[in-house]
Amino acid sequence: MQPISVVKGEYVRELLNKGIREEGRGMLEYRSIGVKHSVLQNAEGSAQVDMGSTKVLVGIKLDMGEPMSDKPNEGNLMTMAELLPLASPEYETGPPSPDSIELARVVDRGIRAANVIDLPALFIEEGKVWNVFVDIYVLNYDGNLFDACALAAMTALSNTRMPKYDKEKDEVIREGSLGKLKINNVVTSCTYAKMGNKIVLDADGAEESIMEGRVTIANDEKVVRAMQKGKRGAFSQQDIEHLMEKSFEKSKELRRLIENAKGE
Amino acid sequence: MGGGANKPELIVNGKRLDGRGFDELRPIKIVAGGLKNAAGSAYLEWGNNKVLAAVYGPKEALPKHTQDPEKAVIKCRYAMAPFSSLEEHNRSGPNRRAIEISKVTKEVFENVIMLEDFPGSEIDIYIEVLQSDGGTRAAGITCASVALAMSGIPMTDLPYAVSVGKANGHLILDLNKSEDNFSDADMPIAIGPRTGDILLLQMDGDLSKEEVGRGLTMAKKAGEIVSKLQMDALRAPYEKILERYKV
Repeated sequence: MQPISVVKGEYVRELLNKGIREEGRGMLEYRSIGVKHSVLQNAEGSAQVDMGSTKVLVGIKLDMGEPMSDKPNEGNLMTMAELLPLASPEYETGPPSPDSIELARVVDRGIRAANVIDLPALFIEEGKVWNVFVDIYVLNYDGNLFDACALAAMTALSNTRMPKYDKEKDEVIREGSLGKLKINNVVTSCTYAKMGNKIVLDADGAEESIMEGRVTIANDEKVVRAMQKGKRGAFSQQDIEHLMEKSFEKSKELRRLIENAKGE
Repeated sequence: MGGGANKPELIVNGKRLDGRGFDELRPIKIVAGGLKNAAGSAYLEWGNNKVLAAVYGPKEALPKHTQDPEKAVIKCRYAMAPFSSLEEHNRSGPNRRAIEISKVTKEVFENVIMLEDFPGSEIDIYIEVLQSDGGTRAAGITCASVALAMSGIPMTDLPYAVSVGKANGHLILDLNKSEDNFSDADMPIAIGPRTGDILLLQMDGDLSKEEVGRGLTMAKKAGEIVSKLQMDALRAPYEKILERYKV
């Protein structure tokens, strides 16, 4: 860890002990969130999310491929996350770290469990299905990658062109008048950090540096779709029940952001 | 999870396909020890799951850059043997799923091991799934707990894990493979029984707030049985010794 972040960590710990956060933010308040959709042209779908200084980009590509052997009549969803070395002095090049694998899998789990994409509808013909690639690029790290990435992935999927498959020529048409990838549900996630007996929503980098426990709750309008507890710290059953309650409230704000970031 | 069109009924006449009630565990057998080279080890059978866990250390953390001057670091490997499932041959070694499970398992034990007692050192936890039938991460954590206790590494609690799921609208405890494949939700949970702390929580599928709450309560109740089996397993080798010296 950089020396400066140790000092900063101690500073936010002192603030939290007094029950306050930087810039007067409430305990369960998000930083300002910017959502932009279709920021790239070549990708079938894309979105950029800024959550405070955390900046993530998601690109969606659809390719024709083979179905998985255990699901011959369904398309595939593949989610990967790259913690790019340009995003933080802590990130290094190399094979995917456990952190990036966890991030991708938790985002994937929310989308999958909420049936956001109608995978059976991505079946083309025997042995041919659409593969949906959700590639998460972390451009700048300042905490709460889980919610930023889930929001970017959901926004990008809501704005994804559906390519066509030309059977005669056996080729994929990616340009011209195309429909949209059909979206069946909207899922968002709220991630809470626990330090001592304090729990905060949307921890920034300094707060995450002193975070003992973390829990992500992904839900749609009605039910909880995915959860993931991380780090050394523990949560009580009462904590989880309280945070689920809060997630249903908070997710309304996030859903509105996705709703507003919708093109034609 | 998932299923699709040809989803089988998982509950028939109020019973699960293997005849269990909704809140009934599969038979569990835990044997502490077994691997001589390890500081602690355990073997566990949980239904048709067969899991082996071993603990090495504390020893000097290597490579050096992994050392933490304030506390021990845990290195955890959860892996499924290439021959462990009924389906095709798997590649050996951890895949992305296994890397994630290794990470969350490590975090469970970071909570209970008194890491600050061993600065600069590492504790290795190896979990090898030899045969899988759903709920292997819970089986692995429960087994590794026993291996750790066996090794004498000081811990503040003896965690257990169990999963809760939902099938045909009912919450069910301890999903087996076929239930796991076709259930509407799956929620693995690890708990420290002394404090009731939730040390691992994952979930996917669809559950209401109330169902999550009830699921957690269900897991804690089942945990009383699992905890007892863990402690019995730890006691067993010593009872044998006592037996030998009985007058």
